Amino acid sequence: MLIGISASDNRGLDAKMDSRFGRANFFAIVDTENMEARFIENSAASADSGAGVGAAQLFADQNVAAVISGDFGPKAFIALKTAGIELYSYRGSTIREAVEAYKNGELRELGVSSNNGHAGFRQV
Amino acid sequence: MIITVLSGKGGTGKTTVATNLALSLENVQLLDADVEEPDACIFIKPDFADEYEIVYRLIPVVDEAKCTACRKCVDFCEYNALALMLDSILVFPEICHSCGGCARICPVGAISEKEREIGKIKWDHSKRPLEFWQGELNIGEESPVPVIEKLKEHIDPEKTVIIDAQPGTTCPAIEAAIDSDYCILVTEPTPFGLNDLRMAVEVMRETGKNFGVIINRSEDEYDGIIEEYCAREGIDILLKIPFAKEIARLYSKGISFVEELPEWKPRFQELFKKIEGLVR
Ligand code: SF4
Ligand code: SF4
Repeated sequence: MLIGISASDNRGLDAKMDSRFGRANFFAIVDTENMEARFIENSAASADSGAGVGAAQLFADQNVAAVISGDFGPKAFIALKTAGIELYSYRGSTIREAVEAYKNGELRELGVSSNNGHAGFRQV
Repeated sequence: MIITVLSGKGGTGKTTVATNLALSLENVQLLDADVEEPDACIFIKPDFADEYEIVYRLIPVVDEAKCTACRKCVDFCEYNALALMLDSILVFPEICHSCGGCARICPVGAISEKEREIGKIKWDHSKRPLEFWQGELNIGEESPVPVIEKLKEHIDPEKTVIIDAQPGTTCPAIEAAIDSDYCILVTEPTPFGLNDLRMAVEVMRETGKNFGVIINRSEDEYDGIIEEYCAREGIDILLKIPFAKEIARLYSKGISFVEELPEWKPRFQELFKKIEGLVR
């Protein structure tokens, strides 16, 4: 499966994670089967607003099943949830670490609450 | 005559200048166009008497039955206010700029527009000779410009108009300043103040506005940093407001210092005459 991660550079699996979802310099797409990473430059990194929605659209277009980043804004959150993409918050140093943590089940999914409190969001 | 008061960043004394100037003049309108954080009211203490005008703007609504998920609207919207997720279009009204473009380009006519409340205009005409107007952007909204446009519709050409603009050098500040005859840039004698002033000056020059500088929290030993810059750039320094205990004390109590310190009204009146001379 494919996982999207916000990254501050594009040096393969050792690229640094960027905790800002919409304003990261690069978006990494990692295939968990073979651990191959692709990078897409974020042209909207300095956009006034809408960077988070733009990033969500980009990941949805890449058919990722999950996205890992530090902080998601409310609009990006809704967009990704609507697309049925899982969201994980993680502050690691490299994208390799992030994917490993995901694979080992160490990350907790955002927006999935035990009390079903997110009215309006599709449960995934 | 319309004068807009601006500053490169918040907290430099922009509102102090706007309110004290307005309170020193006759037949004057004060417009608080810092619609995200209107604070001239702290000094003017208006009575809005439950009256207000709602500011609307148009945002797109997608008819899911007609939408073919062709994505043209998403690609068109340069503000990322639309997203295509699992064959349905999501609209993010807070970041939509109401350009109407998506509705026009949708090939199947699936997009219509509906009004959305984004802010309010309030006023108090009871404080003669001052007429006070305030724009407010609702919390969570990200585009202040339509509220500022609406506020400016209330400009009375028979009056002297003072506009308190949003700090910074982005669209909302420019929108407030664009129709004015003269702009006052308020700054402080610090390296940060100079840096923000530089950016504000750049915008003034790009928009071709007449402008001058007021130094707030002025102190002889520090003013040089602004004075040297202005001399080099050929910019007028209109006034200095000293870093004085009494002024700070009145400010903290929400009192405009022209109301308590009698020597200041004539200074602001003189400033206004000077500006009239510069504009003519
Ligand atoms: S342009 Fe019209 S038809 Fe195409 S995705 Fe947008 S709303 Fe749907
Ligand atoms: S009206 Fe303009 S800004 Fe708003 S969603 Fe449509 S294209 Fe984007």
